[in-house]
Amino acid sequence: MELTRRDAVAALAALGVGGGAALGVGRLGRDPDADGGVDAERIRETQVAAAAVVYPSEVSGTREFVETFLEGRLEQPAHAAALEEAVAELDDRAESWYGDAFAVLSVADRERVLEQVGADTADEDPDGTTAERIRYYVVNELLLALYASPTGGELVGLENPQGHAGGLETYRRGPEA
Amino acid sequence: MSADRPPAEGAEPIDEERDRTPVADADVCVIGAGPAGGLVASRLAEADLEVVILEAGPRFDPADRLARQERAIRPAYDRPAVWDGDPERDAHASSGERFYPLNHARVKGVGGSTLHWQGMVMRLHEDDFDSASARGVGTDWPIDYEDLRPYYAAAERELGVSGADDNPFAPPREEPHPMPAFRPSYSDGLFAEACDELGIAMHSVPNARNSETDDGRSACVGYGTCQPVCPSGAKYDATVHLERAEAAGATVLDRVPVQRLEHGAERIEAAVYATPDGEERRQEADAFVIACGGVETPRLLLLSESSRYPDGLANSSGLVGKFFMDHCFAGTGGVLDKPTRQNHVGFLTSESHQFYDEADDEIAPFKLEFFNYDGPSPVGLALSGDDWGDDLLERLRAEYGNHVGMGALVEQLPREDSYVALDPEQTDDRGNPVPDVHWSVGDRALETVERVNEIQERILEELGAEITWQVGPEDTGPAYHHMGTTRMGDDPAESVVGPDLRTHDLENCWIASSSVFPTGGAMNPTLTIAALALKAADDVRESL
Ligand SMILES: Cc1cc2nc3c(=O)[nH]c(=O)nc-3n(C[C@H](O)[C@H](O)[C@H](O)COP(=O)(O)OP(=O)(O)OC[C@H]3O[C@@H](n4cnc5c(N)ncnc54)[C@H](O)[C@@H]3O)c2cc1C
Ligand code: SF4
Repeated sequence: MELTRRDAVAALAALGVGGGAALGVGRLGRDPDADGGVDAERIRETQVAAAAVVYPSEVSGTREFVETFLEGRLEQPAHAAALEEAVAELDDRAESWYGDAFAVLSVADRERVLEQVGADTADEDPDGTTAERIRYYVVNELLLALYASPTGGELVGLENPQGHAGGLETYRRGPEA
Repeated sequence: MSADRPPAEGAEPIDEERDRTPVADADVCVIGAGPAGGLVASRLAEADLEVVILEAGPRFDPADRLARQERAIRPAYDRPAVWDGDPERDAHASSGERFYPLNHARVKGVGGSTLHWQGMVMRLHEDDFDSASARGVGTDWPIDYEDLRPYYAAAERELGVSGADDNPFAPPREEPHPMPAFRPSYSDGLFAEACDELGIAMHSVPNARNSETDDGRSACVGYGTCQPVCPSGAKYDATVHLERAEAAGATVLDRVPVQRLEHGAERIEAAVYATPDGEERRQEADAFVIACGGVETPRLLLLSESSRYPDGLANSSGLVGKFFMDHCFAGTGGVLDKPTRQNHVGFLTSESHQFYDEADDEIAPFKLEFFNYDGPSPVGLALSGDDWGDDLLERLRAEYGNHVGMGALVEQLPREDSYVALDPEQTDDRGNPVPDVHWSVGDRALETVERVNEIQERILEELGAEITWQVGPEDTGPAYHHMGTTRMGDDPAESVVGPDLRTHDLENCWIASSSVFPTGGAMNPTLTIAALALKAADDVRESL
């Protein structure tokens, strides 16, 4: 199933951020200050790479979806900074265990890094341990974006998932519609 | 919204340097900014009275609603955190036979608990006002359905209720609801077939939620997180009436918990409130309306004890805090071998009040609810599992999609051993003894929960469901409706307020709250709270 820019904008709209993305003002990489002084490129590459692990193989269009979603989230300086910190820790582990940055590892190695960090079994916590913060900022950030979007919901048979303002028709529709 | 913290973290109350000095020459001081206080205040301000509202909690920023929704969805935040619950400010005890999760059952702030509520609003039935004479248990209210009927109609207009005239069991009404009802859900249709077979009638649910754009407020757009937050404002909350009151000239002070009521023998003289900088101030007024909800209202009266009233204010009956009631929840659910389309919206579209008026001294009134959100929400599952990628999707597909569930509310009778008291062992952030909700439920309610479970099982079996969960007599819990703790009656020895909602002891003190309900019925209480608030407002106005 193809993830679209519309999905990313819908996910952002649900999370209350991303004036730029929601208005279609794509400014990826154009203004280094706009992302609050963080290394936005590294965050984007790492999140796109992590999405290859945490998103199901059925979805395509992940890069554009993640990048559009991040555009909005990175507009929040505090969020961007905390995200950067989590990404840096992930890269540190990737470097020391597999000798390279997370984003350039194979998908299988990326999954191993995430597991060895403990992000699979950790409960998300924005102020918690490394595992809990990676779960919050990296893994769950991506899962939230996907499963609160119409396409993500549709994968499960729910085209109007919680968090998405999908209107008043879908709840009345039968499964065959 | 603070940009210094991540989105979900960044939601925070509006923290302006506000003038929190008392209002000079106030006619009316309203304590508590939930729907009861908001309605009283807006009515009286619109009647050109000088009104001041004192609210313990903060003012929330409407721009933060989506961030609060993110909190509602993400497992890192519990329910009280969605509306900035503060464990020290909101400390409480629960010493009864059943635990009472008070801070899941209320919100403090401008808007009160309606910020979190579900928003179904129905009128009590005629017999609910005459429990002792019609059912042989409990007590009669000093007013009847007919007395409240015009106020119910006004309350439906105020809250903006979407409803239909399709409920054959509802009490008589004079005019249609302000907006059309929400149409039944897909799963309602599945239930309807089973209920038809069993001769059980289903009907729509009146919702304090816009089915159309109304009065500048959005129509429902299907976010599906109504409880605990509606980002669109389609669900009514009491900020509507606080804004209306302010537009009519009332003053709303936030973060000013009232500590005690200073009084003489027959009148309240001032409400003493604390400010965020730790000062205490006195708000004087000609009339005082206490609208702090069913737990904090008796607590404030008890905290206001004096040498004249050593057992607490307005308490010469000794009944302040007594007869605490909630509605008992009964539920059953299961899975079908086909999709049931749950979790699109966060509210209910069908109920059955068929068995309600069969109540007697052994069986309590109850209403049946058909869920639109049974089973897990996929996004919630995704964020809390130990898996991702294809494994996660496979799990979501296995766990989401074929759930069906039913709930019910059951009346509990007023009992002396169910009460709110002060806990002398524990104090809040201001050094005041915390409320102890000592909740106990009698046999009639528990036996009715069992009967409800049987009906729910019959319906689900007819539907072909495999039953996977049940909430029965052992594990029934509260529906978060706090009633009974300053009961209304004609006899000052047997009640705290009269039928005009004025306390028997103090001539300038009214109570607007479900705390005045002598019995609870089994309908969600807020429409009745709103109707009584409008009635109280009329009486305050006449008396001034
Ligand atoms: C999860 C949930 C779902 C619900 N669903 C429904 C439903 O579907 N239908 C329904 O009818 N009802 C429902 N309710 C109940 C409904 O929210 C309440 O009945 C209603 O809000 C009560 O209104 P109120 O104004 O009396 O009290 P509240 O809304 O609780 O407001 C009281 C206000 O008083 C303030 N206060 C308390 N003490 C002081 C003090 N000392 N000084 C100053 N201020 C003070 C509080 O901070 C609060 O803001 C639900 C409640 C919850 C929690
Ligand atoms: S489904 Fe609930 S939360 Fe969403 S818009 Fe409607 S009332 Fe609000």
